[in-house]
Amino acid sequence: MLKWIKIGCLLLLFSSCNDTGIETYTPYSPTLSPLDIPKIFADNILPPIIPPDNPQTVEGIALGRKLFFDPILSANNTQSCASCHAPENAFTDIDRFSDGIDGILGNRNSMPLFNLAWNYDNKFFWDGRSFGLEKQALEPVKDPIELHNTWSNVAQTLQSHSEYPDLFLEAFGTSTIDSTLVTKALAQFQRTLISSNSRFDKHLLGEITLTPSELNGFNIFMDETKGDCFHCHGNANNPLWTDNDFHNNGLDATFLDKGLGKITGDPNDDGKFKSPSLRNLKFTAPYMHDGRFATLDDVINHYSEGLVNSPTIDPLMKSVDNGGVQLSDSEKADLKAFLLSLSDVEFINNPDFKAP
Amino acid sequence: MKPLKKIILLILFITFIGCDNKDDDNTEPAPTFGTLTINFNHYWDGEKVTSADFDNTVFANANGDKLTISKLRYLISNLTLHQANGTSTKLSDYYLVDLAGLNSNTSITISDVPIANFSNATFTFGFNETDNVDGAYTDLNSASWNWPEMLGGGYHFMQFEGKYGATGTENPYAYHMGTARVSPGVFEQNYIDVTLDGFTTTGDATLEIKMNIDEWFKNPNTWDLNVYDTPLMPNYDAQIMMRQNGRTVFRLGELN
Repeated sequence: MLKWIKIGCLLLLFSSCNDTGIETYTPYSPTLSPLDIPKIFADNILPPIIPPDNPQTVEGIALGRKLFFDPILSANNTQSCASCHAPENAFTDIDRFSDGIDGILGNRNSMPLFNLAWNYDNKFFWDGRSFGLEKQALEPVKDPIELHNTWSNVAQTLQSHSEYPDLFLEAFGTSTIDSTLVTKALAQFQRTLISSNSRFDKHLLGEITLTPSELNGFNIFMDETKGDCFHCHGNANNPLWTDNDFHNNGLDATFLDKGLGKITGDPNDDGKFKSPSLRNLKFTAPYMHDGRFATLDDVINHYSEGLVNSPTIDPLMKSVDNGGVQLSDSEKADLKAFLLSLSDVEFINNPDFKAP
Repeated sequence: MKPLKKIILLILFITFIGCDNKDDDNTEPAPTFGTLTINFNHYWDGEKVTSADFDNTVFANANGDKLTISKLRYLISNLTLHQANGTSTKLSDYYLVDLAGLNSNTSITISDVPIANFSNATFTFGFNETDNVDGAYTDLNSASWNWPEMLGGGYHFMQFEGKYGATGTENPYAYHMGTARVSPGVFEQNYIDVTLDGFTTTGDATLEIKMNIDEWFKNPNTWDLNVYDTPLMPNYDAQIMMRQNGRTVFRLGELN
């Protein structure tokens, strides 16, 4: 009985609050659009990382996609994110170094973009300097040798655009545009870039049979006495094909670019860069953080006989004295065949990932 | 409006007072369950080792080789406390201990553990045959903790890495332990059943489990890194020696 009186009182109280309500309330109801998690991911690895304050929505993803391909984010309206992250190249650049809007080259190879929500440590860039995809997206827009813009100018330009204010309203419930909302939208779109339909994925799902050369290449990949690639690049139970961690893989004796070491200030981290995923190598040349290797053969040769010793080289880089584990030509060919089986043609042709 | 507010406050007040009705009984029984925190601490010849020592501190092993450590992670499973009356309390299915800086995992806290006199604590270093199922654990897969199928599959038990030798001419070692391969397709279980001394808790407690890292190189096999550095995963003799040396690596530490 008491309970009913209490509830009644509360109801009265709440309804009385509405008496003065003259505010015009605009319904804010973006449509939730959770990531479509591939079976091979759901079965094998932990769920993706989605920030609680930036859920995936239909409107947010569409806005992020439009922004990703729109040169409006650059100071002189000539370059978009896609200029250096092209869908047909698994969202990287075929140039070793990308030129920004002023024609100035950077010193690192553009990173391919896919399966980013499964970067559990949430550290982005080759040196891991940005925590979270939203924070990462702040950087290229204001980098003087990339889009060379300012965020206040971006906000102003988008605000005076004929379409964007309404699109932000639909996605985020406000038409007041700022860097936070722009990067949230970009991150939502980028999290949809999921690659999980390579030949090797289909092999694991029992849909196709790999060639003997591809299968032997996988054994070389998994053999500690041969490729020993799996310690940093995953295995059949980890479809990311990267540990998203930072290693010195024996490229140089001294470091012009200190990588992780510059960020942490720890000399033991000098020369360490993030392990990239081995998915989509067919489309992502050139390779390494500085794009020094033009072909996959160059990469394999590096690990086989080109390793260079340095104080921070990873202990997993064995036989450094001999430059590496000395794979035979046929082993190299098989390893290459396996690596290429991780490329996902459906991913680069997905119409949802192209310019709207 | 105002009288309504007063009525609500009054009702809430009465409700709260009404709840406070168990204070008459002064003979509260002593708690029988508490929270137990287990810290995995690491030592080299009695000196504590942390990730701050990684790549910096030079240790000398029983064979006289100088070495540094850059990675140490290992798997503990079926951690269980046993009482003399036969009661056993399983604290965790498995736990991946990792000393590395940002992602370090060296402590577990378990609530509702009996407060009791425990005759011993047991755990498996690695996974036993039943638990060591290839690809079965998504968190371990995400950590790329898998052991290659050609070596019996399942998971690593330990990854212990670094460099050894004179400054300037160091070589890497990768003391990785898991299922031993006798010959292609023939495998031997290589996990270690560890039993620690007993202890008595009187309330919430913190227990230290010590890994004496130097023991991996010492007892009964004096480990020669110049012979056994890398690759060791497919090396049957190395795997078996790891198991033998691992038996004396863990000790019960302090109880607080």
